[in-house]
Amino acid sequence: MVTGATAIILALAVPSVGAALIACAHRAPNLRETVTLVTATILFAVVASIAPEVLAGARPQARLLEVMPGLEIAFTVEPLGMLFALVATSLWIVTSLYSIGYMRGNHESHQTRYYACFALSLASAVGIAFAGNLFTLFLFYEALTLITYPLVTHHGTDEARRAGRLYIGMLVGTSIVFLLVAIIWTWTVAGTIEFEAGGILRGKTSNTTIGGLLALYIFGIGKAAVMPIHRWLPAAMVAPTPVSALLHAVAVVKAGVFTVVKVVVYVFGVDAIAGLKSVDWLPFIAGFTIIAASIVALRSDNLKRRLAYSTISQLSYVVFAAALLTPLSVMGAALHIAAHAFGKITLFFAAGSIYTAAHKTQVSELDGIGRRMPWTMGAFAVGSLSMIGLPPAVGFVSKWYILSGAMASEQWGAVAVLVAGTLLSAGYLLPIVYRAFFVRAAAAGAAHEAHGEAPLSIVVALSVSALATVALFLFPDTLLALSRQLAGTG
Amino acid sequence: MNIASHYSYWVTMFLVIGGLYIVIARGNLVKKLIGVAIFQTSVYLLYIAPGKLIGGTAPIITEQFQVYSNPLPHVLILTAIVVGIATLALGLALVVRIREAYGSIEEDEILTRDRDGER
Amino acid sequence: MITQLPILQVVIPLIAAPLMVLLRHGTAAWLLAVGVSWASLAIALGLLSEVAGGGLVSYALGSWPPPWGIEYRVDSVNAYLAVIVSMVAAVVVVYMRRSVAEEVPQEHHYLFYSMYALCLAGLLGIALTGDGFNMFVFFEISSLATYVLIALGRDRRALMAAYQYLIMGTIGATFFVIGVGLLYLMTGTLNLADMAARLPDVTDPRPVLAALAFITVGVSLKLALFPLHLWLPNAYAYAPSAVTAFLAATATKVSVYVLLRFYFSVFGETAVFRALPTGSILLALSLAAVFVASVVAIFQGNVKRMFAYSSVAQIGYITLGVSFDSATGLTAGIVHLFNHALTKGALFLLLGGIALRAAAMRFDDLRGMGRLMPLTSFGIVLGGLSLIGVPGTVGFVSKWYLVVAALEQGAWWIAFLVVAGSLLALAYVWRFVEAAYFHAPDPKMAAGPGEAPLSMLVPAWLMIAACVYFGLDTGLTLGGAGEAAQVLLKGKW
Repeated sequence: MVTGATAIILALAVPSVGAALIACAHRAPNLRETVTLVTATILFAVVASIAPEVLAGARPQARLLEVMPGLEIAFTVEPLGMLFALVATSLWIVTSLYSIGYMRGNHESHQTRYYACFALSLASAVGIAFAGNLFTLFLFYEALTLITYPLVTHHGTDEARRAGRLYIGMLVGTSIVFLLVAIIWTWTVAGTIEFEAGGILRGKTSNTTIGGLLALYIFGIGKAAVMPIHRWLPAAMVAPTPVSALLHAVAVVKAGVFTVVKVVVYVFGVDAIAGLKSVDWLPFIAGFTIIAASIVALRSDNLKRRLAYSTISQLSYVVFAAALLTPLSVMGAALHIAAHAFGKITLFFAAGSIYTAAHKTQVSELDGIGRRMPWTMGAFAVGSLSMIGLPPAVGFVSKWYILSGAMASEQWGAVAVLVAGTLLSAGYLLPIVYRAFFVRAAAAGAAHEAHGEAPLSIVVALSVSALATVALFLFPDTLLALSRQLAGTG
Repeated sequence: MNIASHYSYWVTMFLVIGGLYIVIARGNLVKKLIGVAIFQTSVYLLYIAPGKLIGGTAPIITEQFQVYSNPLPHVLILTAIVVGIATLALGLALVVRIREAYGSIEEDEILTRDRDGER
Repeated sequence: MITQLPILQVVIPLIAAPLMVLLRHGTAAWLLAVGVSWASLAIALGLLSEVAGGGLVSYALGSWPPPWGIEYRVDSVNAYLAVIVSMVAAVVVVYMRRSVAEEVPQEHHYLFYSMYALCLAGLLGIALTGDGFNMFVFFEISSLATYVLIALGRDRRALMAAYQYLIMGTIGATFFVIGVGLLYLMTGTLNLADMAARLPDVTDPRPVLAALAFITVGVSLKLALFPLHLWLPNAYAYAPSAVTAFLAATATKVSVYVLLRFYFSVFGETAVFRALPTGSILLALSLAAVFVASVVAIFQGNVKRMFAYSSVAQIGYITLGVSFDSATGLTAGIVHLFNHALTKGALFLLLGGIALRAAAMRFDDLRGMGRLMPLTSFGIVLGGLSLIGVPGTVGFVSKWYLVVAALEQGAWWIAFLVVAGSLLALAYVWRFVEAAYFHAPDPKMAAGPGEAPLSMLVPAWLMIAACVYFGLDTGLTLGGAGEAAQVLLKGKW
């Protein structure tokens, strides 16, 4: 049994070493993919081995080195980080399986670079999850942006290059101009940037400064895709679908909202800023993003674009929940990070599966596809339920807590936003399921329609993630325990 | 302030401004170098003039003389002259090479030729 | 032996230069240059350890005691600088062999190394001397050598670049010597420490102010402070690759040191920053440098010129740190001195590798470099990230301290401008990324040889590795810079 500190270092080292091995094995695709799968499995085992300690209330720590006086690369595993790491690493296994089918099925080039960058981005995501202070978090946050750039621009086309520009420009731009200044400002005001339960800014500065800092953080964390810093996410959809699935539904965007929740809980302190006039604008921004992104999703015919805007909307649920500043809603925010991850990855898997098998990208082309691809569209339906927040999917659990938080603090406007968001998400997802299963395909060229299910590894992957979505609804104990610890209600 | 007693400074300033003017206003590379040389010469004057005391002698310690001129500026300026000569020589050597490469020593013509070369 | 270190630091390269001319043999001259550069590094490190913790080494040249004779006066500020200069020299000299063989005609090799040794002697001399006029002489020694080195570039535009630098550089050095002359007239001494002690007794402040103005303008020309930077882009763009790397990493840095020395150790912080608006002027010029030069860099067609303009912008960051006139600000400026020397040195070294295959260095020539020269291209990307200030690189350390210094003074708008400058850096660095990685290589180029030779790659990557190492372990750099800042702010030399 490894101790917490060793496990943290291992969790960073395993995917990095994996990436190196993947690069070495570039001549033997089968070996390379085996390395990826083995690395993913070991990583998950290592991360999961820390979980019991955290659930028992311990906070394992590891300190690497002091970069500047007072600035350390240090790691502390707390409940929220544990949750994020568990979600990201468990889904990496599934995604690796899926990648094999997808990359081979679509004859993609540069597969070694793809798998190596993927492993490194997981290392960055784990670094973000376990970061013990803002500096470490920022370090891995930037690393994640840079290491995913080759994945986003994988195809090397002009379109990919333009999307890559938007991606790197918006993410690095906001993080340097707003987030970095916010971190340094926090440092000069609070004298520390270590995460501490209850917040480090409590009583250190004026309410106006708190408001200004919060704005810098919210708009500096571009990965959270709060409008108007959301354009990079639809642009990033030029990437191969597994990238969109794991990175732009789980690792990257969740790193964003994770950072938002982490900053609200551990830098500002939930009860320290609850009711402050200078921070009451945040729910409006997040609420606006929920509604506006849903409306855009409703009007998009391109399936991946629709899912991307759905992601923007769902991410803002997390920000919104955190912004309500009640223990229950913070719990809901943490839960929603996990819930949305499982649901959305299933939806992306399905989209990629359709593309691989049928080469279709538009919603309007999907009439009757459910009959030829029952597993894919079945999983899609489960994912949709989770997005909307209906049982028996895990999305129901998180929405329940967010709503309870809003109701308990009698924020009726917030309740209205949540209800409207739910209706809208039903509006943009259910018609797809309906089309797939209940609309008969228009008689088109038989050759064009002659396809069955996607390759086996794709089907297995998306079935597993759909199953997990349901399983987490039935057995949400670990999730609940972790998020309770975070909100301090356990 | 007595203008007459400061006349060496006036000469110095005149040379500084005159030299700089030539550097800026002339397009001929050799003329520019002459401007630089004049500009540098002004500094020699700036250093040497204050070292001279009227009635002073060379600093030879004997009982006969009480007033000495400061010899240090002379030594300094000897060095500065060497530097100035070296700069001028190098500058002229460069101009020769430029003339070989471009066939001209007029700044505007050279710049035009470079621009044409870019196209 | 230890007591002779300051003079050995200067004299070894100075004697080596004529020796190389006598040898008349390229390889022999190079071997001598390697020995000289490494010996310089050893001596500089020895000096640094000697003065660590606030020590001071005073060396009387020819045993004439100061203030009458020339004094070499070493404290942690100039020992730190000597280490930067000789460290870059020690790395670049290894690289020179192949790069110079490709870019300079065979019969000029021994002269090239001779000039390089002179330039090194001049730069180290400026760093160590404690005498105003001696500083001028070393300024000219290094500058004259530099003009020759630049003129050895392959492109004929190198000649014009050298000529323009000669004119501007001579004007700058002469302004500097006018300033020193005025100070000499008012204090009767050329020894800088002695001068600092006597300046408060000067009754007529006007010539002293004039001296301050002359020295500021003269040195600013040398360090390419915006808008006196016009000589720099062409000089860097057309000089031989090794020369560009060496100059970009050392020459401007030494000039910044001279400015610091005169501001803090001679005139005194109170006279320069409290009584005069020097800080505000320097601040405005630095910010203008960052923004104007970065924007100009984005629109360059030539990669070397682009990074040359980036140098002007980065020098703006250094002087920005100085303009705050605070311990943090100075630390930021001095640490960026080191960090930028590493980053830009490495970048120009790597570009030299590309110059072997695409002499014109236009963006069109870079197509597919990511595939043809993967190590070189990746190194340039890493160096570019350091220019942007991504955490984990040295650039981040500088930027962090600059922002802290700005926030300390409550100047949050400066903090935003500092980081906004990084965005412009992102824009021009990404031009390289897109050129190198998003195009198929030209078939003509693809048929040529692959990576740059090892003797060039290893030194370049050594510096890139240092960029990352010192971005994560800042004890040495930040410690040295912090100590230097303390010494400067104390005022006494």
